[in-house]
Amino acid sequence: MTVLDEIKKSVFASVWFMFLTFPIMVIKVNTVTKVINWRWMNMAYVGIGAFIFSALWRYAIRKKEMGASKEKKEGLSFIQKILQVRQFSIPALAVLAVFTLLFPHVFSMYQTNIMISALVYVMLGLGLNIVIGLAGLLDLGYVAFFAVGAYAYALLNLHFGLGFWIVLPLGGILSAIFGIILGYPVLRLRGDYLAIVTLGFGEIIRLVLENWNEFSYGPSGIANIPKPALFGLDLSLSAKTVYLYYIIVALVIFTIFVINRLTDSRIGRAWIALKDDEIACQAMGIDKAKTKLRAFALGATWAGMGGVVFAAKTAFVNPASFTIWESVIILCTVVLGGMGSIVGVISGALLLILLPEYLRDFGQFRMITFGAVLVLMMVFRPGGMIENVRRAYKFETGGDA
Amino acid sequence: MKTSVEPISLKPAETPDFLQTKKIMKPILEVNNLTMDFGGLRAIDNLNITINEGEIAALIGPNGAGKTTFFNCITGIYKPTRGDIFISPKGGKKERINGLKPNVVTRKGLSRTFQNIRLFSSMTVLENVMVGCHPVTKVGIAGAIFRNPAALKEEKHIVDKSYTILQKMGLEKFVNELAINLPYGAQRLLEIARAMATDPFLLLLDEPAAGMNPRETKRLDDLILKIREEENISILLIEHDMKLVMSLSENIHVVDYGKKIGEGTPEEIRNNPVVIKAYLGEEIDA
Repeated sequence: MTVLDEIKKSVFASVWFMFLTFPIMVIKVNTVTKVINWRWMNMAYVGIGAFIFSALWRYAIRKKEMGASKEKKEGLSFIQKILQVRQFSIPALAVLAVFTLLFPHVFSMYQTNIMISALVYVMLGLGLNIVIGLAGLLDLGYVAFFAVGAYAYALLNLHFGLGFWIVLPLGGILSAIFGIILGYPVLRLRGDYLAIVTLGFGEIIRLVLENWNEFSYGPSGIANIPKPALFGLDLSLSAKTVYLYYIIVALVIFTIFVINRLTDSRIGRAWIALKDDEIACQAMGIDKAKTKLRAFALGATWAGMGGVVFAAKTAFVNPASFTIWESVIILCTVVLGGMGSIVGVISGALLLILLPEYLRDFGQFRMITFGAVLVLMMVFRPGGMIENVRRAYKFETGGDA
Repeated sequence: MKTSVEPISLKPAETPDFLQTKKIMKPILEVNNLTMDFGGLRAIDNLNITINEGEIAALIGPNGAGKTTFFNCITGIYKPTRGDIFISPKGGKKERINGLKPNVVTRKGLSRTFQNIRLFSSMTVLENVMVGCHPVTKVGIAGAIFRNPAALKEEKHIVDKSYTILQKMGLEKFVNELAINLPYGAQRLLEIARAMATDPFLLLLDEPAAGMNPRETKRLDDLILKIREEENISILLIEHDMKLVMSLSENIHVVDYGKKIGEGTPEEIRNNPVVIKAYLGEEIDA
């Protein structure tokens, strides 16, 4: 009975779509000969297509609803198993390590460059994960901190000749300060309101960079930013790229290490408490303001360092690299990968940055796929690709622990 | 011989235990003339409530009487329009806590649960209690990242402490379960466990028995007594389950329309005509 109902609904959807698209898909007026072409075949295509889509959609929803109760009992999913069971996780890690180390030597410089930018986005995703995934603060202006880092390197190098290694921590600290500057006025806001204000903040930073010619050289940007040098050796461009690749790999590992520890600490728990329930969080003696500012500052730090690497990689910065669209992509990596889950965010970032690079031929469908994938994710896997699993503690049963 | 004559004791042995201790008890929470206005609505009107050390007190009243508002005022969620709230914890000075932020109030030793359960749903049961340990720990960012010995020791301490509290509440079998997946009654107990982790001297329970079946309520009854005995925590509870209130509390405060309409032992409250009127309406005599 219900199947028949579903089919009926699908038929209705297809009829509705045929009606909606009738004026644009069926009628074609030839203005020269003043003849109307009735393309009835198009109507049939629309109808069949809409029916199939609708039926597939309904089928998937039904399957999801039926599977929801089952999945709970099954426990860990396939990916979680690999991550948690030692037998699988150690070989997987070893393979990953070897692949990462050999990558620049096996693949071309073009590939290495793509990988560097993907890893920069991994870093950004992990940083934003603190703000959104852990503390639950929807920050749409995250790219501003990225810009602060990139411009910090560009300008400090231009004016004072400071090197990469000095600016790397400086960029992080500077971004953290900007994080606090942004965080302070928005302490009272949450949800949509916070998103709007942070969005504005991101745009302010970009517009300042674009229009303050004396400071940032405006839209023309700053060129000739040096890549980091290895103990004063004069490396070739490809060697420098490989070196930068290893630097960003090390930085990503450092980021993972720090965020992993933070997540599983008093501070990380305070963030999650803040995300889950602000009132209860305060009732547990947690200072809301301090916790939020910590999240903004620590999240921004990684963006700042990522920005320094980005500036070194591209050797050129201009405000066009820091549009709202970048914020959205970073947000997507976090949401798609799995909020709060480190492995999820990493795979989300790699997927979202690498796939469009390798599928350049389909560039025009990039946005539409992006949107469709996000909608599908929200419906079928709201927790992201790899969901966050909280740490399990072991106690001796029966004894007084 | 003089020994045959019993000296007149200054301490009357016949006095029931709790009355005797009541005399030497000192107040730990004093609320004087508390008034809370929301625009033109007076939710609390000149309320005076005193809670003594070691006491289990109850705050009862019809729906909308202002009981939860009272809790929100003392825990700092609302800033009272008028009146004074004083706390005097064991060994501490008397202190006015009006208008302090909720987290500061918790740090001072007032911890509460919520009427509509407010657990941290994406964390495990143990982690929920560990969050409760937040005010009594102090590891900072550096400690969390580098895990120095002090941080490790503190972390181990709060894991053990949280587990012990869960054991006391009979929740140890759910340790690694997500809080949201717990049965309703267990969620209520977890809220109490979490509140206990903040090391309070006074626990404010907002309808702890709501939604519990009679067996769970009985267990809650025992647990609350146990918390008082073992942890030396005083308790003020809002509750609609009269059986629980009458069996547990030593002192009952009745409020209606934000005003106090009665105070006394369960026996006194049961026979108080004003209270009966508020609860059952006026009796119409023929």
